[in-house]
Amino acid sequence: MTRQRNDNVGIIGTARPAPELEVWQALNIALDRAMERDSGVFILGEDVGLFGGSYRVTQGLYAKYGEWRVRDTPISENSFVGIGVGAALAGGRPVVEIMTINFALLAMDSIINMAAKLRYMSGGQLQVPLVIRVPGGVAKQLGAQHSQRLEHTLVNVPGLRVVAPATPQDSYWQLSQAIVADDPIIVLEHELLYFAKGPFDPGAAPLPMHAAAVRREGRDVTLIAWHRMVALAMEAAAQLSTRGIDVEIIDLRSLRPIDLPLLRESVRKTRHAIVVEEDCRFGGVGAEIAATLGEVAHSDLASPVRRLAASDVPTPYNAELERASIPGTKSIIQAVEELTGPRTD
Amino acid sequence: MQRKLARQFFYDMTLARQFEQAAADQYMQGNIGGFLHLYPGEEAVAVGSLHAAEPGDYVVSTYREHVHAMVWGVSPSAVMAELFGRATGCSGGYGGSMHLYDVSRRFLGGYAIVGETFAIAAGVGYWLHLNDSTQIVLCYFGDGAANQGTFHETLNMAALWKLPVLFICENNHYQIGTEIHRHSAVPDIYRHASAYGIDGRHVDGMDVVAVHEATRAAVQHVRSGNGPYLIECETYRYRGHSMADSGAYRSALELAELRARDPLEIFRERALGQGWLNEADCQEVEKTVEGVVAEAVRFAAESPQPTDLGKDVYSEPLDLYGGRP
Repeated sequence: MTRQRNDNVGIIGTARPAPELEVWQALNIALDRAMERDSGVFILGEDVGLFGGSYRVTQGLYAKYGEWRVRDTPISENSFVGIGVGAALAGGRPVVEIMTINFALLAMDSIINMAAKLRYMSGGQLQVPLVIRVPGGVAKQLGAQHSQRLEHTLVNVPGLRVVAPATPQDSYWQLSQAIVADDPIIVLEHELLYFAKGPFDPGAAPLPMHAAAVRREGRDVTLIAWHRMVALAMEAAAQLSTRGIDVEIIDLRSLRPIDLPLLRESVRKTRHAIVVEEDCRFGGVGAEIAATLGEVAHSDLASPVRRLAASDVPTPYNAELERASIPGTKSIIQAVEELTGPRTD
Repeated sequence: MQRKLARQFFYDMTLARQFEQAAADQYMQGNIGGFLHLYPGEEAVAVGSLHAAEPGDYVVSTYREHVHAMVWGVSPSAVMAELFGRATGCSGGYGGSMHLYDVSRRFLGGYAIVGETFAIAAGVGYWLHLNDSTQIVLCYFGDGAANQGTFHETLNMAALWKLPVLFICENNHYQIGTEIHRHSAVPDIYRHASAYGIDGRHVDGMDVVAVHEATRAAVQHVRSGNGPYLIECETYRYRGHSMADSGAYRSALELAELRARDPLEIFRERALGQGWLNEADCQEVEKTVEGVVAEAVRFAAESPQPTDLGKDVYSEPLDLYGGRP
């Protein structure tokens, strides 16, 4: 948790739309509107009710919708996620919050063995319209057991969809879309982005849930990132532009499936790509992108797709070591320059 | 007891016994693959308990669930076809022996990881409670599952929120090859209920009438909004854990003792003695069931194979590779 919060936020009001909002507020509005629209939508999780959610995402909903639709659960991750699966089978649209992705490891049986497989195993009779919201990522010195990124685990599961919004607008869109979809969807949220501000327009036409977005157009190299790495890539790009390197930045937004057509379009132009990944390098999303682009866009690429990823270590507590374990602006700039050569023109 | 119900009990238990024998035969002939867990010895549990529920109720079962599915109305042909992996199976050939589903009857499986049924049942119960429904959920589990965290986690939540779930333990004394006194510090499974403030009781799981009466009372308790209830049915499986298990860890004496209390024989004698059924009724049932099981095998063997590998992974096709040429 990165910010001082009010006591008993669960019983104060929900967030209201404004031209600029923080990510948690956009998520809160998405939940509120979904619950208003459909009485089958309900929330389960630790401290989502009276407390209002560890990152304030469910603030005010307990007072508005009552304990049966905003249910504080005991610390029983595998079983309360399983309860979400069961309720979804019977016709509900549960939104389960797992307090951090690290605790989701206790619920992997419910997520991978049940939620992801039941439609298929039942020959298409069952459906699991379940949303699982999980904060994660490397925050600030939370130690190895509270700093994991499990993208590499989750994207390998047939039956799951995985999205990773980085902005208030995408958080609103993608959570809203996930709730009305008929599949189990993991919404990965980044702990350091909850209080990041950005433009918000609930009336704007939404991007599709699994579309990637070009955040910055450029001609020299494509940086492919998601979550907090998008902001770092943007900082790096600003600095690189002063040295004459024109970087294109793609916010992936969705990790299963990945918007490969957009990536292909970008590398056709830039001929170079670097995946910037906060998760560990081995067997990750970056590896998947590099391999697939290598297969389908080989002739467009002037160099192999590179990966800039977290070190393959448990996250250290020490602040300096923690910073060194994941990509930062400096390492992004260095990786781009290694690829393109510093320019002086 | 009504003659009609007595005939139904006898029919269902006979079907259970004959169907599972046919499944074993078909497995030995190579027509059924994978793991096959059979029910002989435990028939009184599924038959007695399921007939105490209403057709609108939900059933969640384990990987030893052929009989639960059939007693709950799934046709023996659809179950056998699923064991054969055919498109006409109750899961279209995609599930197999351990994953039988029939959504139209609210038969929700079929779970092959021990302890999964608890949370699924509680989730359905949560949804029913949220909607003020009078339907309830029957949740089956074995004695081994009582040692999973999900058992204790779910009992806690089901009790806390008074969920309409009837937990039914099929205590057959073995988690695969480990006898209950070697796997449970508290081998009376029903006593775990008290740790969560839930009512629980033990019943002779070889006596279909006793199981039925206990379940009727429990169903009434749960349906009336009193929250969950736990019944432990003490039973025994004659065969090994699965077709891959000879059951050599059990003594011949133990097996012979338990077989002497065969649920089918007990009920048959009682029904004849009480005049609920006569010898001709029993013979008629046995003959009818023989035909039904033979037809199930024929149907399965002649059914088409499923052919679509990629269907129903998602609600709509998902292109993971972006139109790879």
